[in-house]
Amino acid sequence: MNFLDNIFFALLLAIGVGYFTLNVKKLIRNIKLGRDVNRTDNSSERWKNMTMVALGQSKMVKRPIAGFLHIIVYVGFVIINIEVIEIIIDGLFGTHRVLSFMGILYDVLIGSFEILALLVLVAVVVFWIRRNITKLGRFASSDLNGKPRNDANYILYFEMVLMSLFLLMNAADLHLQNLGVGHYSQAGSFPVSQFIAPVFNGMSEGLIVVIERMAWWLHIIGILIFLNYLYFSKHLHILLAFPNTFYADLNAKGKLDNLESVTNEVKLMMDPNADPFAAPANPDAVPAKFGASDVHDLNWVQLLNAYSCTECGRCTSSCPANQTGKKLSPRKIMMDTRDRLEEVGKNIDLNKGVFVDDGKSLLNDYITTEELWACTSCNACVEECPINISPLSIIIDMRRYLVMEQSAAPTELNNVMTNIENNGAPWQYNQMDRLNWANEE
Amino acid sequence: MSENLIVPTMAEMMAQGKQPDVLFWVGCAGSFDDRAKKITKAFVKILNRANVSFAVLGTEESCTGDPAKRAGNEFLFQMQAMTNIEVMNAYEVKRIVTACPHCFNTLKNEYPELGGKYEVLHHTEFIKSLLNEGKLTIEGGQFKGKRITFHDPCYLGRANNVYEAPRELIQKLDAELVEMKRSRANGLCCGAGGAQMFKEPEKGNKDINIERTEDALETQPEIIAAGCPFCNTMLTDGIKHKEKEASVKVLDVAELIANAQDL
Repeated sequence: MNFLDNIFFALLLAIGVGYFTLNVKKLIRNIKLGRDVNRTDNSSERWKNMTMVALGQSKMVKRPIAGFLHIIVYVGFVIINIEVIEIIIDGLFGTHRVLSFMGILYDVLIGSFEILALLVLVAVVVFWIRRNITKLGRFASSDLNGKPRNDANYILYFEMVLMSLFLLMNAADLHLQNLGVGHYSQAGSFPVSQFIAPVFNGMSEGLIVVIERMAWWLHIIGILIFLNYLYFSKHLHILLAFPNTFYADLNAKGKLDNLESVTNEVKLMMDPNADPFAAPANPDAVPAKFGASDVHDLNWVQLLNAYSCTECGRCTSSCPANQTGKKLSPRKIMMDTRDRLEEVGKNIDLNKGVFVDDGKSLLNDYITTEELWACTSCNACVEECPINISPLSIIIDMRRYLVMEQSAAPTELNNVMTNIENNGAPWQYNQMDRLNWANEE
Repeated sequence: MSENLIVPTMAEMMAQGKQPDVLFWVGCAGSFDDRAKKITKAFVKILNRANVSFAVLGTEESCTGDPAKRAGNEFLFQMQAMTNIEVMNAYEVKRIVTACPHCFNTLKNEYPELGGKYEVLHHTEFIKSLLNEGKLTIEGGQFKGKRITFHDPCYLGRANNVYEAPRELIQKLDAELVEMKRSRANGLCCGAGGAQMFKEPEKGNKDINIERTEDALETQPEIIAAGCPFCNTMLTDGIKHKEKEASVKVLDVAELIANAQDL
């Protein structure tokens, strides 16, 4: 027996999984750069959310065409990956269709994989057409110019190639099974590839074996490359959608968090018994920075959000500011956050585990104040996101930085705030006139 | 008319040793904005008609801090919140009703952590409960058969999942409720939220309130119903911009109910 194949396969598998693990560690490290926030409460509600929204795709189907096609690709992806288990065992031990002992169940499995593979292929082609031919608004948007647009297409090409290789592999295998060649024992049913198999008629057995082996190897190598591509791609959502929906904010969408650091100071200000000259309880404590100007100031869930975003653009296509031509795009907020986080991560890698100030920040270098001030906080983006990302929370945290750290609100808003402070209303009316309406004609 | 309005304040009630069932939180728009004051009065007429035991804070009320918070000024928000909470807790307020979804959201969701724990209702929910309890009856009156479309305020709908109460009230008027293409959770913002009400919009190719007004006009309504003083202003401006003031009215749900009853 020639074990070279198997050793080569084991090596390839180790490299593929090893490099991926390395990047996952980096991913987790980057996410942990964010501030702490407690999202472990109410775990039953969280499991329910994850089951409904991520596993059950409940928000995807709000746009029925994309939702339906996505479910095909999603189900296809999950189920066809069962086949990968068999491929790995066959690869490591030189067996042929090792799971075929399951008999009729195996036939059903392989049969359904084939049908799903065909459906995935069709769905992916439709996805490609929507992006490149009919150019749906949210895909034609300038948010995606350059790398993001290519990224999306690479993923589609990957899936097309993988599904085609899978079917080609099966077709060659079936043909060899029918010819009774070598260890190609009868196993599986092939509702789709049986129609491809006839192309091998008249070919030499040797050539068909080579084709079958090639398709088999390219398929598994393709899967390993795809796995490792995830970290560099928007496609991470296939993994992160699950933790992302689990850790999502469970409060009513209208509720913004109350900054605790502010609460302490306000309480002190309002407490008539407080001693303004008292020494701080912890003199070494770094004064809290209010709001966010960079990724370190965001919480880890917001950073997880950024990695989970698959740039579908439903948020942006429902954003009132974006629809009326303003610069704000909630999708871009998420993409910028991830890009900056990646930049910070690389900086840490280059500087032996410590971040060295690069003179840049998420604010201004990525996200402009014009974008931030265009938001109406209407929550349409949060409502739309199929995996419960909140671009709004990032926008609000950045506004907090602008206002509380830089006093850089638009002039009209400064007036509003002065009015609220002086007379308890956004307009310049005397608080003593608040009940006048009751006596007016 | 207004001479008939009975508007007790919490201070007066307290002086008489009384505790009202519910505090009517009027809000800044409802107190000062000429258009919104009409909504306030319409709601008070309903409260009076149903003999609700209520009171207002009057001059003791102050901005909830919502626009400050949404603009990023957490300090100012929390100062407003804590001042208001001190006042309301001193009056032992348990239940609040308000006609402003922004006040509603802030009081309901953001005050509890700061020590202000109340049951908070939007006025459409409150009016619905009056009907359910038989304290108020509605007949269609002048709105019978009228085409009415309802604009979901973001801070009532998406923010707090209240979609049905205002719609049920409109249907009680025997009116023809028509939905815009974007409604309920998909409703488009009027453009005022997040402190936008108080500033010029960023550069773009259209104003959001015009976009939303077009949604509403597509349904060919006789009345656009709103449940928020700011949405009301934005849509009224939109209607003026489209020169439709003669044929389309923007009215709050409370005004619909009060006018139907000739209150």
